[in-house]
Order: sequence, then C-alpha cells, then structure tokens
Amino acid sequence: MNSQKNQMGLNRRQVAWRIAQEISEGSYVNLGIGSPELVANYIPEGREIIFHSENGILGMGPAPRPGEENGNLINAGKKPVTLLEGGSYFHHTDSFAMIRGGHIDICVLGAYQVAQNGDLANWATLDTSKPPGVGGAMDLSVGAKKIFVMMDHLTKDNEPKLMKTCSYPETGFGVVKTVFTDLAVIDIFDSKFIVREMVETLSFTQLQSKTGAQLTLSDNFKTLTPPNLD
Amino acid sequence: MINKVINFVEDTVSDVQDGAVILASGFGNAGAPNCLLEALMETNAKYLTIVANNAGEGDYGLAALISSGKVSKVICSYPISSGSTIFQKLYNTKKIDLELVPQGTLSERLRAAGAGIGGFYTRTSVGSLLATNKEKRQFNNIEYVLEYGLKGDFALICGKTADRWGNIIYNRSARNFGPIMATAATTTIAQVEQIVKLGEIDPEFIVTPGIYVDKVYLKK
Repeated sequence: MNSQKNQMGLNRRQVAWRIAQEISEGSYVNLGIGSPELVANYIPEGREIIFHSENGILGMGPAPRPGEENGNLINAGKKPVTLLEGGSYFHHTDSFAMIRGGHIDICVLGAYQVAQNGDLANWATLDTSKPPGVGGAMDLSVGAKKIFVMMDHLTKDNEPKLMKTCSYPETGFGVVKTVFTDLAVIDIFDSKFIVREMVETLSFTQLQSKTGAQLTLSDNFKTLTPPNLD
Repeated sequence: MINKVINFVEDTVSDVQDGAVILASGFGNAGAPNCLLEALMETNAKYLTIVANNAGEGDYGLAALISSGKVSKVICSYPISSGSTIFQKLYNTKKIDLELVPQGTLSERLRAAGAGIGGFYTRTSVGSLLATNKEKRQFNNIEYVLEYGLKGDFALICGKTADRWGNIIYNRSARNFGPIMATAATTTIAQVEQIVKLGEIDPEFIVTPGIYVDKVYLKK
C-alpha cells in the first residue's frame, strides 16, 4: 500500500487502525504478510485478541526489542515476533486444520484485486518472469470465517482494484466480506459493493470513478475519520 | 540397545539414492535442517525431488543443495522470498521443475502419507489454476478437490532435543513441518541441538515419538 502521506486518503497505518476497530474481543485472527501485520499495532487498549500465525503459533505477540530476536520464533512473513503468556506452538498440519476447519474468526489479507461477488485475487500476477508462490493464501481464503482485505483503492498506475470480475488469477471465490482501502470501507453483500464509510475529501461520484464496478451507498453510511497516525 | 544417534553427519544421508524424494522441514530458515542438507550436497545422489515449504534462501542449506545441481524438482508452496535467488535463476532457465502446492494442502498431503491415507478432498484451490485437471467432488453441495498423499524416501527435520530412541521436542515456531514430515518418509533423520538420556523428556511433552525417527544427529 501507499506508504507516503496521501492528502486524499488514509495512510496504511490509518487503514490498519480502521481494521483493528472492527475486530471484537476474543477473536482469533490471522494477519496476512505485509501491511496487514500493522493491524496488530492498533487493537484498542484492553481488548484481548488472539493472533494466529500459519507457521504454528497462537497468541503471537509484537516484535521483540532489538537484540531479543529469536530465529526460531518468526511470523508468516518470516520476521521475528514474540509469544504472549498463554500462547502455544503446534505443527503445520494442525495450523492449517485450524484454518480450513473454520476455527479462525477473521483473516486480513492484502490483494491485487477484489470482485463485487467477493472473488479474491492475491496470489499471482500475470508476470511470468518470476516463479509463482501461493503460500497459505488459498487455505486462508476458503477457511477463515471472515476475510477482510486491506489494499489501496487504486494500483500504482491508477487502475481500479475493485472490479466486476478479477483479471488476475483468483485465490478464492466469493470469500471477501469487507474491503478496507485508503479511501473507503466497502462491504460485499449480494454481489454488490456497499460503501459503508468513505473519506470526506472525496465525493461519492469521485469514489465511483476510481472503482471498476458499481458502488452502492449504505443506508448506514458514515464518514471515515481515523486519528492522525504518521 | 536401541541407539539412533549417529556420530558423523556424512553417515546420516549416505544411503540417499539418485531420484530420491526428500522432505525438508522448515519455514524459511526456522526449522530448516541445514546440516543434513549440506551433508546431502556432499553425496553422489542426484535428480533429487525436494519437498519443502520454500526453496531456500541465501547460499546455505537448501539453497546450497539446489545450487549444487543435484535437485531436479521442488514441490513447495512459496519458492520466492527475499534472498531466494538461486532457485529463481534455475527456474527461469528451466533447469529445475516446480510443483506449486497450497501450504495447507502440502502439509495435509504429508499427513495423509504418514497416516496411511491415499488421498483426501479439500476446498482449498477449488476453481483456481492450481486445481486444473484435478478430480472434483461435492459434499453437502460444496465443491472439493482431490489431493493425494505425498510420501518421501527421506525426511530431514530439525528438532531441539532428542533421546536415543528418537523422541523429539522442537524449538518454538521451528516445529512447523518437522513432526509431519517425520511421519511421511521411509527414513527420517533429525538434526538436534541436544541429546538427553531416556526419560529426561517429559513423556507428556514429546511431540514426535521415536517410532517415526530413524537417525538422530547432534548438530556440531
């Protein structure tokens, strides 16, 4: 996601903050590699959430202090993490049984594209110069109870990422529940993009022009107003 | 007296033959059996198939083995990561084959092989490019794809502590594929950081019972 300060929309810390507000007490949550990892930093004080990491951790804690990293304790992005009291380790097959078996409440994933029917494209581009990699994305997309997507509203080339149908290879079909972008919070319901929140610097018509499929304004629409997080 | 402890690293992998399927534990470098992989590099075995989550990083362990030209195929979920340049170079010049498997499907295929299960149906990958030409079946109106068990000739795993019976416990998230791969190969070889007397590992806490382990090597 765009890490530079964007006058029109949210920075990625603000998007992470917005997603964190959506996660309720007691949830078991898997955070995808990259920007979704930031969500853990903005869970409201006093709200207890248990983070799952596909490589066999429940109760994953924040990054260790410098000098206290342990190469045997890493997250899905292979970065050093810590374990909270009450946390546990388990092998890969248990970890993916938790995922596919519907035991994870929420998974936050990045995406290249999301279609209005909830199809998710986040594992392969059309670039054949690199070997493909899928990791746990397909397991998570079909297994978690709710899939949240965290992504920029537009590509770097200003192409829409919210589409009628994905042009990139799909990871999962009809799986995305809510998309959190730098401009809006959009639920997927009945194969429609329902705009629940959007930034006040943009009109609905402008948001529509940045989106590759029809948007519908929610009856419960609100302005998206995150705190300042630089 | 049963004693699975092997003193010299070259004796751990000396019977690996050409064309062998090698299961190598690890998620990135956590839990990667680098000593054993590097010992394998020193043998004459070639045309190896490696089953692992990744395809090595840097110039050590799995990346070193791949770079030695002994590996003709990698079965993994995620070959690209920072520092995985050796695999990428061989892949781009078509010197190595890749079978890409979703991570949970990979671990379940190993579990199936280790548990005597021929195959299983999963929702993972249904409708995607990775399910092309695979048998589909509906259960309760949900579509699943058939996946086969994946058995190895050898499993190379990385534990924290073992005893002479081959009972093993692991180190934090370095556990990852170790306990599953241990069950899924004809011969399982573990490199460990510590060997203790029988009875010193609390039986309630043993993760891999020694029945799955053939050789134990104390990492020097």
